[in-house]
Amino acid sequence: MISQLSWKVGGQQGEGIESTGEIFSIALNRLGYYLYGYRHFSSRIKGGHTNNKIRVSTTQVRSIADDLDILVAFDQETIDFNFHELRDGGIVIADAKFNPTIPEGTNVTLYAVPFTDIATNLGTALMKNMVAVGASSAVLGLDINVYQEVVQEIFGRKGQQVVEKNMEAIRAGAEFMKEQLGDNIQTMKLEKADGKKRMFMIGNDAIALGAIAGGARFMAAYPITPASEIMEYLIKKLPALGGAVIQTEDEIAACTMAIGANYAGVRALTASAGPGLSLMMEAIGLAGITETPIVIVDTQRGGPSTGLPTKQEQSDLMAMIYGTHGEIPKIVMAPSTVQEAFYDMVEAFNLAEEYQCPVIVLSDLQLSLGKQTVEPLEYDKIEIRRGKLVTGELPPLENKENFKRYEVTEDGISPRVLPGTPNGIHHVTGVEHAETGRPSEVASNRKAQMDKRLRKLKNIQFNTPVHKNVKHEEADVLIVGFISTRGAIEEAMERLELDGLKVNHAHVRLIHPFPTDEMLPLVQSAKKVIVVEQNATGQLANIIKMNVGHADKISSVLKYDGNPFLPHEVYTKCKELL
Amino acid sequence: MATFKDFRNDVKPNWCPGCGDFSVQAAIQRAAANVGLEPHQLAIISGIGCSGRISGYVHSYGFHGIHGRALPIAQGVKMANRDLTVIAAGGDGDGFAIGMGHTIHAIRRNIDITYIVMDNQIYGLTKGQTSPRSDVGFKTKSTPQGSVEPALSIMEMVLSAGATFVAQSFSSDLKELTYLIEEGIKHKGFSLINVFSPCVTYNKVNTYDWFKENLTSLSTIEGYDPSDRMMAMQTLMKHKGLVTGLIYQNKEQKSYQDLIHGYSETPLAHAELQLSKEKFDELIAEFM
Repeated sequence: MISQLSWKVGGQQGEGIESTGEIFSIALNRLGYYLYGYRHFSSRIKGGHTNNKIRVSTTQVRSIADDLDILVAFDQETIDFNFHELRDGGIVIADAKFNPTIPEGTNVTLYAVPFTDIATNLGTALMKNMVAVGASSAVLGLDINVYQEVVQEIFGRKGQQVVEKNMEAIRAGAEFMKEQLGDNIQTMKLEKADGKKRMFMIGNDAIALGAIAGGARFMAAYPITPASEIMEYLIKKLPALGGAVIQTEDEIAACTMAIGANYAGVRALTASAGPGLSLMMEAIGLAGITETPIVIVDTQRGGPSTGLPTKQEQSDLMAMIYGTHGEIPKIVMAPSTVQEAFYDMVEAFNLAEEYQCPVIVLSDLQLSLGKQTVEPLEYDKIEIRRGKLVTGELPPLENKENFKRYEVTEDGISPRVLPGTPNGIHHVTGVEHAETGRPSEVASNRKAQMDKRLRKLKNIQFNTPVHKNVKHEEADVLIVGFISTRGAIEEAMERLELDGLKVNHAHVRLIHPFPTDEMLPLVQSAKKVIVVEQNATGQLANIIKMNVGHADKISSVLKYDGNPFLPHEVYTKCKELL
Repeated sequence: MATFKDFRNDVKPNWCPGCGDFSVQAAIQRAAANVGLEPHQLAIISGIGCSGRISGYVHSYGFHGIHGRALPIAQGVKMANRDLTVIAAGGDGDGFAIGMGHTIHAIRRNIDITYIVMDNQIYGLTKGQTSPRSDVGFKTKSTPQGSVEPALSIMEMVLSAGATFVAQSFSSDLKELTYLIEEGIKHKGFSLINVFSPCVTYNKVNTYDWFKENLTSLSTIEGYDPSDRMMAMQTLMKHKGLVTGLIYQNKEQKSYQDLIHGYSETPLAHAELQLSKEKFDELIAEFM
């Protein structure tokens, strides 16, 4: 019996690889296992190798596994491309149809299962995925009845016969595999899970759900990988709440439309990836100087330009902090788990209205698309705060004087009135303006308004700006990361501790304004600081050096080949530096 | 009830004396009063350029955005508060050069807003460069030998993109312009009004006198029917786009807001932000 294993299914894109992984993992999630999935895919609709790697565990896991226990292959390319990941003693379950072969001289066992033939005999070759699911389940020692509910949900609308045929295919795959395994049947049997009901979702689901919970009722967006799921989810769900999603002509329209919507009083968002964010930069400055709230999600992918559109990277950091010409107040958040992505979205809308500025929620491909088990989200944690939004009646304006929308206040935040409100008329402009909103180039006014805007974030209230796992007052090393590297760092940290090292871990959740007060003592109390990030220039490390200092003890572990960090890579590279 | 004077404020426009935009300002103020609006019920969203300043010269809500993006901002405002009357405004550079993509798609989308373009065939605020509306041979600082790019046949383009309300006017004719803006506001869907608004400083070709000589009023064309799209296109082509009046209106087509599924009949800006526990549980259950 084992407590966790790593399973991967691969084949040609468009062949149903997705659904194989989906059915397998939904069933396991319902049994109470913790899952973490990561898809390898290309920027094309059909053809090209694709795979879905799923880690199954009886405890929470937040990283893909270093190696692989089971590889399910629908073609030889899958074996050739992924074989090196298989651990000693691992197995390959491949469709007998293509006469699979594996390299000689390894301790990996190949089981050729006639996925296609079994499926064809049962009615249609399309069900070969189900045969593979059944075969996999036999290895794990799962009762295949667990699939009944899932298959019913997926195929129910196609009729009971289809449901039964698919169940038959799963059963046939399991039976065939059991015979093949013979005496080896116990080697990869999974320990029983706790049976608790948990959510199973990708980061983008949590981001979209968090937007709804945070009161967003309008979205404007342009399709892009890996952000589109956010728009697609909201298109399905917002109409039931009276809201709407507009797919715009480009990201400039998406951002400016969301700005217009927020100005007029609805909580609105846009979401994109690097190329879209680059187009939005001028508009972000407009939101900054007009003090219009807006929430923008950036699901980072490989850059620059089109870069690696379907691959993992964290290289938009500097652009998100500094992007737009001129200087504006801006908040950049970086959730590190799917749960945090949900709660952070709710908070992003609150902060945007409280501080009347753009809020960028920074995700990355691994967080946005990695499907994982999530502890149920809590309704009671949802709170709506609207800051200095004027809701009561206003006294008449004298001599058509404008309402002082940009009144210089101690905290820099001015009362905000929505268009349509009697006696609240004011002007809004991206030109420097006076308290009334009217354009003004007077030097003293310019300084007063710049200072007012930049003062707003001086005392920003943010819950947990740094996620800390700090066990040692004095550490040999402080490992720092952000967004989806959290799981790999946590596992590497455990291994480094086993080697006798004192390791602290800080995951930065508020990127800008940088939480210097939180980070400084952690950096000071460590002999060495290693910043783990998925870019080539060490952007987070530079931000830390700039804000916290201690450049001499800060070094970087970088990865920018498009693939997520594996725990052993973080471990090995940290070891080299220590 | 508000009169046009209630839509005036005390800001002195920074337009040159004689600029055509003054009439557009006056026409918006009159039209707003004539259709029965109070100043707080109107939001003018404008672009960048001389004409873009107009949102600050009317006593109403106003948002002066970034170059070329008045339309997406205006559409966002309308989507957030469908009770507001939303006018987008800007110049020919704003709408037909940098913002052309938005113009085409705002037309297709047909959200219920009114777009007024102050077309002077030149870039004025940057002190005299060619515009997509400048004629071939037009000499400017950026076309010292005369423009070799043909002017956009903008009304034909707007019509072929599927606009449901297309009008053109001349800033000298305050009466017609006011009427067309009123009709545009009343139209259920996207209305576009192109206004020949001469630049007295940088455009010495397309002057007030030039327009008086070259424009044909549709009211002088016997049997002109603005519900006939084919006739509208033929008339535009015959007169090289130099006509004024209501060129085309489709009163049957529903606006975007009336077509999309589920969209709230009350302003989204007034929506309850807190999800009910019941709705939350329903959404969560889908991921279990």
